[in-house]
Amino acid sequence: MVVGDISRAIRRVDAVSKCKGTVKYVSDYSFGDCLWGRLVRSSIPRGRILAIHLPPMPDGYRFVTYKDLPEGGHNYLHMIATDWKCFAENEVRYVGETIGIMVGPDKDTVENLRQQIKIDYEEQTPAVTIDEGLACKGGAFVNDDNIHCRLSLKVGDVDEAFRKAAKVVTETIETGFQEHIYLETNGACCIPEDDHYVIYASSQCPFYISKSISPLLNLTPDKVVVRHTTTGGAFGGKEHFPDVVCGPLLVAAYVMKKGVKMIFDREEDIENSVKRHPSKVTFKTALDKDGNILGMDSVVCYNVGGYLSSSFVVLQRGCFHVTGCYSFPSIRSVGLGVATNTFPSCAFRGFGAPQTIFAVETHLCHIAEMLGIDPLEYKSRYFIKQGDTTSTNGKIVERVMIPEMLEQVKKASDYDRKSKAYKWGSGRGIGISFYNHGGAFTGNGEQAIIKARCQLHKFANGDVEILCSQTEMGQGFHTILPKIAAYVLGIPIEKVIFRNPDTSRVPDSGPTAASRSTMIVGELVERAANLMKPRYDKEEDFTVETHYEHPEGYPWDQNTFQGYAYLGYGWGVCAVEVEVDPCTAEITTKGIWSSHDCGHPIDEKIVHGQVNGGVLQGLGWGSTEVMQNTDGHFKQTSMSDYIIPTSMDFPKQGVYLVDNPYPWGPFGAKGMGELVFNGSAAAYIDAVSRAIGKRINRIPLPTEEVMNYMLHGTDLRSEIEEVR
Amino acid sequence: MESRICFSLNGKDVSITTDPLRRLIDVLREDFDCKGVKEGCSEGECGACSILLNGKMVTSCIIPVGAADGQQIMTIEGISATEKGKVIIDAFADGGAVQCGFCIPGMVIATYYLLSNNPDPTEDEIRLGLSGNICRCTGYDLIVESVRLAAKRGGELWKK
Repeated sequence: MVVGDISRAIRRVDAVSKCKGTVKYVSDYSFGDCLWGRLVRSSIPRGRILAIHLPPMPDGYRFVTYKDLPEGGHNYLHMIATDWKCFAENEVRYVGETIGIMVGPDKDTVENLRQQIKIDYEEQTPAVTIDEGLACKGGAFVNDDNIHCRLSLKVGDVDEAFRKAAKVVTETIETGFQEHIYLETNGACCIPEDDHYVIYASSQCPFYISKSISPLLNLTPDKVVVRHTTTGGAFGGKEHFPDVVCGPLLVAAYVMKKGVKMIFDREEDIENSVKRHPSKVTFKTALDKDGNILGMDSVVCYNVGGYLSSSFVVLQRGCFHVTGCYSFPSIRSVGLGVATNTFPSCAFRGFGAPQTIFAVETHLCHIAEMLGIDPLEYKSRYFIKQGDTTSTNGKIVERVMIPEMLEQVKKASDYDRKSKAYKWGSGRGIGISFYNHGGAFTGNGEQAIIKARCQLHKFANGDVEILCSQTEMGQGFHTILPKIAAYVLGIPIEKVIFRNPDTSRVPDSGPTAASRSTMIVGELVERAANLMKPRYDKEEDFTVETHYEHPEGYPWDQNTFQGYAYLGYGWGVCAVEVEVDPCTAEITTKGIWSSHDCGHPIDEKIVHGQVNGGVLQGLGWGSTEVMQNTDGHFKQTSMSDYIIPTSMDFPKQGVYLVDNPYPWGPFGAKGMGELVFNGSAAAYIDAVSRAIGKRINRIPLPTEEVMNYMLHGTDLRSEIEEVR
Repeated sequence: MESRICFSLNGKDVSITTDPLRRLIDVLREDFDCKGVKEGCSEGECGACSILLNGKMVTSCIIPVGAADGQQIMTIEGISATEKGKVIIDAFADGGAVQCGFCIPGMVIATYYLLSNNPDPTEDEIRLGLSGNICRCTGYDLIVESVRLAAKRGGELWKK
């Protein structure tokens, strides 16, 4: 029997082989006699393709386009929405849109030919920013208003709140693009085999790829087998985007009757991959005469880019999280997914929630500071509790341990003293943020859409294999799931096998996304192991299977977005302390402290690593990670001009956890992979605002922007714009 | 134009006839199967392709193979077989340094180089020593802790 609490850290099963460099990523496979592919993409943000001029093609080289699809083939990628074409036909909507794929045996020759392909366009005026999209600059290209998708939420009588208000304030909070910078760039290989195709891909969701690209060749998904290769980081950037990579490879493999592979280099990857949605959230907040909030109205705009793909779901999650960790008497929120001529935005750790959480946290700080109240004191008036109503008129089901987490962070950071001692504008500041993240798919999505299945197989020698579609991309799932199975069965973890999934041999347990893997699939494994346990010593070679079952009594209506959006949230509190150089505006971060509730952790060290990485990625988003796009082209295209944090940019973090077992998770665990991203930027910006005494309402905040705010910003204590 | 280039790779003399302007990373990965040398950025920024050239840490993506002629090269394949390398790898595994793993061979090399030159570094010195190696997963803290653990466990070994 395994002794001790499951939370106690063990060595990750993949640690040593990854250190030695013996783990194979997709670029490490040879794939035998494969051709090379390189995408030919639109160089303009918006227009029509008039002509494509090809150089003379040597034998064995070919330029493959939509015209090469077989009869019945459907030139679309079947993501959540089916609007993104595999190959542009006549119209191009963004720089980097795939027009064709150049293929052939020699990599350099393929690249050389690709560069000789000339495309004539009729250029049209692009709409690049949210404002340009909303203004239909150059004419609407999606519907008649450039709105890809919209939703609205209402809780309580918000109109009455505005009628009764002593004061109504309005302000807009903005966030920018963020690039994932997974250390391993995108890459995949597609090989024809008998009556089917095999895809090897660096990805998060192998079944998504099969479903998305099989219609290109008019095939059923089972004819496109996906073998996941160990993935060197993803963060959402390999949730749907591998479909965009693998679609052209599949068509090329069909045309050439040979395997075709493609590995992006870094510049290609940054310029031509999905990003986090830029956002613009405008609040209108009704206050009574004492400054208490009566109602909050928000318009949440996300820059979706040229195609919808997954963005409606991102926007929904954004709106659901617009009230953060708070319960206000009344709210209204309208979400708009704006069409622009930029690379389509897609999943990135947090999936829409970080933008609205940053916005509401920052807005509350600004109101507090205007009123001359410590932001923590002001925010604490509205902390949400078990049983309170959520933004979708559901209830918070679980105990909310924000008070306990706050105590930990206050004690570790010395918040109370520092918050008083560091006067606004003094060059030092401490900030604090509160955040949450709804675990797993929204509402009844796990039951209605995903329908996860998982199997455990016992072999005669006592080994047990986990069969599911979850992928390892760094988050530790190759350790977490076997640990759960081994712990339940009372066998050493070495006896539990968990391979990279192959869609032809594992059941579909859903995507590795939405902070759902431990919470949902971990529970399926726990339950399967419990079913296996009484038979383990008696029987040889048998399989048990479990299916997801949604707890009863928590209704959700996906048409009206009403009800229980999430049964288990992760919760977080983060404090950040900074010092600002008064001459150069450079910021030195002096301390970072956070506490998180992820239920009962399956492995403390893995959780610790997730906290460190998520918090730092959030700090990068809030500070140095500038990704500009004003004319349809991303300005930052390499790791020397897109600046993510190094080991020297931020100090060691204070990491704290609370134990709050979740009744429907394995051993009480909940989701946490995205939670840990959601709040650090808000704490950082709160700290910098206080240090410089100015109101900051957009991120990222590189040094030149700090200087800009110091010289031209609005004083923290000044009135926020009033509306009547 | 091709030329014959001879160097020592992980303690073994090797030679190759190739274009001397090919990137060292490509020759190591393609011709000598050193797949632990990872390509992250192609411009010497991220450190995933770090190797030791005559004992000094360099990024092999911005070095032409011609520059390796007559030199000594150690890659992760060689380092991981050394006693020092084993201490680092054990410490990384116990310290929780590894997530996606793509930066990790480079981090092991950076640690080897740091501790070989500074057997008992402070936290700031460790952070400086790792600052040429980018990691997007870990936030660095547990890598820094693991380097400290490797320094402690290795003890006298680092002074050899």
